[in-house]
Amino acid sequence: MNQRGGKRKRYRGGRPEKGLVFALVGNQNSGKTTLFNQLTGSRQRVGNWPGVTVEKKEGQVRAWGGISLIDLPGIYSLSPYTMEEVISRDYIIDERPDAVINVVDATNIERSLYLTLQLAELGTPMVVALNMMDEVRALGDSIDVRKLESELGVPVVPISANRNEGTGRLLARAVEVAQRRQIPPIHDICSGDVHKALHAIAHLVEDKARNRRYPVRYTATKLVEGDALVRDAIGLGPSETALIEDIVHKMEKDAKHDREALLADTRYDFIGGVVSRAVKRKRAYGEPTRSDRIDKLLTHRFWAYPIFLLIMFLVFEITFGFIGSTLRTGFAWVLDSGVSLIDGLLENAGASPWVTGLAVDGVLAGVSAVLSFMPVILLLFLCLSILEDSGYMARAAFMMDRLLRHLGLSGRSIIPMIMGFGCSVPAIMATRTLDNERDRRLTIFLTPFMSCGAKVPIYAVFTAAFFQKDQSLVMLSIYVLGAVIAVVSGLVLKKTVLRGEPAPFVLELPTYRLPTLKSVLLHMWEKTRGFVKRAFTVILAASVLIWFLQSFDFSLNMVADSSTSILAYVGMVIAPVLLPLGFGTWQAATALVTGFTAKEVVISTMAVLYVAEAGMLSTVLQGVFTPLSAYAFMAFTALYLPCVAAFSAMVREMGSWKWALGAAGFQTLVAWTVALIIFQGGRLLGLS
Amino acid sequence: MPGLDRLKPGQMGRVLNVGGAGALRRRLLDMGITPGTTVMIRKVAPLGDPIELCLRGYELSIRKADAKNIEVECEREVVEPTGRKEEAVPGRPS
Repeated sequence: MNQRGGKRKRYRGGRPEKGLVFALVGNQNSGKTTLFNQLTGSRQRVGNWPGVTVEKKEGQVRAWGGISLIDLPGIYSLSPYTMEEVISRDYIIDERPDAVINVVDATNIERSLYLTLQLAELGTPMVVALNMMDEVRALGDSIDVRKLESELGVPVVPISANRNEGTGRLLARAVEVAQRRQIPPIHDICSGDVHKALHAIAHLVEDKARNRRYPVRYTATKLVEGDALVRDAIGLGPSETALIEDIVHKMEKDAKHDREALLADTRYDFIGGVVSRAVKRKRAYGEPTRSDRIDKLLTHRFWAYPIFLLIMFLVFEITFGFIGSTLRTGFAWVLDSGVSLIDGLLENAGASPWVTGLAVDGVLAGVSAVLSFMPVILLLFLCLSILEDSGYMARAAFMMDRLLRHLGLSGRSIIPMIMGFGCSVPAIMATRTLDNERDRRLTIFLTPFMSCGAKVPIYAVFTAAFFQKDQSLVMLSIYVLGAVIAVVSGLVLKKTVLRGEPAPFVLELPTYRLPTLKSVLLHMWEKTRGFVKRAFTVILAASVLIWFLQSFDFSLNMVADSSTSILAYVGMVIAPVLLPLGFGTWQAATALVTGFTAKEVVISTMAVLYVAEAGMLSTVLQGVFTPLSAYAFMAFTALYLPCVAAFSAMVREMGSWKWALGAAGFQTLVAWTVALIIFQGGRLLGLS
Repeated sequence: MPGLDRLKPGQMGRVLNVGGAGALRRRLLDMGITPGTTVMIRKVAPLGDPIELCLRGYELSIRKADAKNIEVECEREVVEPTGRKEEAVPGRPS
């Protein structure tokens, strides 16, 4: 069967004449990202695939000029059911990379080759990167690479991406197959009924497949599987479709299984044969591995949750405890010194007050307030990358699935939720690892209810002023309130706007691995970079806007006292809405508005508006709030819309302004309702 | 025939049929749970669900509700999941 109509190499616009494009394809946990990082270093661009929030990474190969690498999403198959799989197959067929590098986890070769067989049908030059060979050797197993190569018909290069072993040879082979346009031969992996059906259908659709530039064998396979996307793409008429269905039904009847099971079975049968000839395993089937022994403790019936809580406590202790707060204070000091230095310079240079105001109070104050979080974010991601790279995160999802299912979520959502107690920004960014869009959105709706670290100053000031006796108990109650509201909201949302089943939970529990320093650092840097970039774009703009509103009045004169500014006016407009909640003052309203830049700003704004010296704010507040309205105010700040950094993360991860605005509106509405219930309910009970 | 959810940790079964429909069923098939495959229950999550399977030389975790749709015949009982010396390659003997 001839594979492709034309063998002419097509270049997309903008691609350099001699440049080669390789696509990295492989299972999740196959070491694909490690290999990508090894080959490209930090020269990579991360974005989304058009129209969907699936990560798209591109990079230039360091060692060889002119080779770009596209990191396709981690997938197990080429089914039409998941966005990632559809993106990957469409990319390879339509964009025609010069070669596909299929990363295979050699310690899990059977499952990995399942994807390999399907990729080989796509009519694109291909190399198999047999990764984690160091682990195979450590296990005492051996793989006959030559044998594997001859049975699969594609070059196989053993590598250890972790140690950067064999990657040079891998690239050389990829360049070779790309330049020779060496397309994987089509193996007849099947026999009997499936074989007959496949050939009959291939014959039937050959022309239509060629017209659409689809490889014929791939098309036929997909039609046997009943893939509606491929059927529609090549434009089959009703009569052809009926004919194909007849062939398939006959096959199903003769082979006594359905179409999808038959093809999966056929592939695994073929792989079983290849593996039995090429792989020698020392360990018997089912024999417990080192990972199983570790899991005996970490997923133990009684110890699993205490250990989980201990690990989370450690993460928080490192990020927000002594190490984190020391680093943060130090970094904030550096930033503040920088700001006052510039302030002094501007004053000496005789800049007008509004220039100084804009630069220092607007741009620098806002950006540095957000940037001061950087050490915390770095540390949080350091810990989380270690947990993720080691394989523990998958276990956390395994343990939590049962609980989260009640909220209409799968176990994987536990990770962003926990991170939310630290900072909503990385937490929202972490929803990227979730399986489907509905889960992602629901998790983003709920994560900000977990009180983040920046809200601690608010609670600290208010509890010190009103609840001196039970300060920590009241603080804890706010955290619990947030979690309870998240649970209730989850139950409501899953019945209303975010209906649907939680993502299916079919999760591979990877082998525990010691994370490498390089991959952890790269991982950490990747996330932090996005955060820093936002600080200088969205957050900068928002800070300037807020500064403007609080420094000018409506006739655009600079105000001496912010109580006559536009912002104060905005506060006065909003204040009546907050009246039933017990804190309908323009100062409180303004503080809540400025809190959008960063949550600690609620306190600093109040300090400015109530003209209170540091440390005296508690006393001033005692004259303005009652314990009941103070509690309602804390509850409101715990729940209302997150800060601009978190909001911009929401826009990015939800892939839509509409959804992000909806989520922020929802959170604010919930905050208002809860504060109302607290204040009015409390009054009914005779509290004040 | 019992569903896979009925097996206990350490027990092995041979898959007879994978029930259910749509994306989830396909995912199970793609992950190697095909008719004829030998599957062992490795462990159960602390709250009794999901369960962890050992098949084709790797570990996969699925929910009990989904495991129920996988019909198996019990192959042999192993008291402790120690795995005696068996055939080197799991899966359907070809």
